[in-house]
Amino acid sequence: MTSFLGTVWLVTRKDLLIEVRSREILYTTLFFAVSCVLVFAFGFVREGRAIEHAAAGILWIAIAFSGTLALGRAFERERQNDTLRALMLAPVDRPALYVGKLVGVLVLLGAVEAVVVPIVALMFQARLFAHPFLMAGLLIAGTVGFAAVGTLFAAMLVRARSRDVLLPVLLYPITVPVIIAGVRGTAALLQADVDLPMARAWLSMLVFFDVVFITLSLWTFEPLMTE
Amino acid sequence: MDFTSLTLSDVSRTFGRRRALNRVSLRCRAGEIVALLGPNGAGKSTLLSIASTLLEPSSGAVRYDDHTARTAGAGLRGRIGLLAHDLYVYPELSPAENLLFFGRLYRVPDLARRVDAALERAELSHRRADPVAGFSRGMRQRLAVERALLHEPRLVLLDEPFTGLDDGATAALRERLSGLRAAGAMVLVTTHDLEIIEPVIDRAVVLQSGRLVPVEPGVGTLRERYRRLCAAGT
Repeated sequence: MTSFLGTVWLVTRKDLLIEVRSREILYTTLFFAVSCVLVFAFGFVREGRAIEHAAAGILWIAIAFSGTLALGRAFERERQNDTLRALMLAPVDRPALYVGKLVGVLVLLGAVEAVVVPIVALMFQARLFAHPFLMAGLLIAGTVGFAAVGTLFAAMLVRARSRDVLLPVLLYPITVPVIIAGVRGTAALLQADVDLPMARAWLSMLVFFDVVFITLSLWTFEPLMTE
Repeated sequence: MDFTSLTLSDVSRTFGRRRALNRVSLRCRAGEIVALLGPNGAGKSTLLSIASTLLEPSSGAVRYDDHTARTAGAGLRGRIGLLAHDLYVYPELSPAENLLFFGRLYRVPDLARRVDAALERAELSHRRADPVAGFSRGMRQRLAVERALLHEPRLVLLDEPFTGLDDGATAALRERLSGLRAAGAMVLVTTHDLEIIEPVIDRAVVLQSGRLVPVEPGVGTLRERYRRLCAAGT
């Protein structure tokens, strides 16, 4: 049997190779996320001043919405030629397939965030880079938590007829704690009187959610994917 | 992990209220080619999915010698090759990349040489670097056959393998099936191309309304016997 990490690498590499060829998910999610931020910027910025905490909320809304789009498309590819079944038939640890898909989605969302975060900082005059390590920690932990649940649900729904509707319906209620923690943690860093202990507390909360969500996903992936 | 027989005992499968398979029993041995015939919607693909471990039966048992899909797990899956109606290839990747990806997942030894040989057999060597998206159905089918057989499986499950193939590719695949039997593989093949498959199979069974009926050897071609059986069953 191919080792766990070997399988993760193979699946991630395959997904990224396909994305490099098509650039379909990256461009669509990026376009969507940037549009989202721009539209909100017109609504929430008056005379160069943004409504308090708006930047934090809009950043995480852009990440969550574009992440949903990326998750749906990443698994649509596996549905087109039923290749997910080919992966499930391979003599590998099935949770490694889940992790491979998750890492692929995370790389794509990381690329989207690399563009969206500076745009939010610019449009909302938000000091997102004042505490770069803490901000990066919040973004990484929040994205991992959101994508961990999303990857599981997107894989489960790959053969469902109403998957495009069902994915957000299932995903958002479960990931609300992650999004709230991300928003509150980011807001703590952006407020006039920066609250570092609060930001760290929300980051700890996000790490806790990540551990819970990833553990549950690894545990349930194989039974949930068995028909 | 290896095995030399596949035994389905009273296997039933329902999808909601629809019963796709109804107490199907079948035994295949190494070195045997069995044709699984039946009209559209008879449950042939469902039976192949169950034999491949991708689908669990609602009731009944599937055994690979003394193993089950649950006890043998990944080791068992590594000895099964499935060509399904959907071809299980990535259209954005080239044929060589597809074969290398699946070959690595299956830990196929001497992979580069085997991929070259597979592309040669599929007559795709000259298109080895082109994306599969630009291929005809027949070319994709030839690639999918090679993908299913790359790891030299013991149990070969083929769902309509002649779809889209021209005369030359059809003859080559028929020869390949004979080669697989000689190598000790057990082959379960569904097809409506009875004239093509008849010379290479050892026996045939028909799925009718979820039930399995053997096609007895006798007078006439396989298609004539199949039609008589279908007429008697309706």
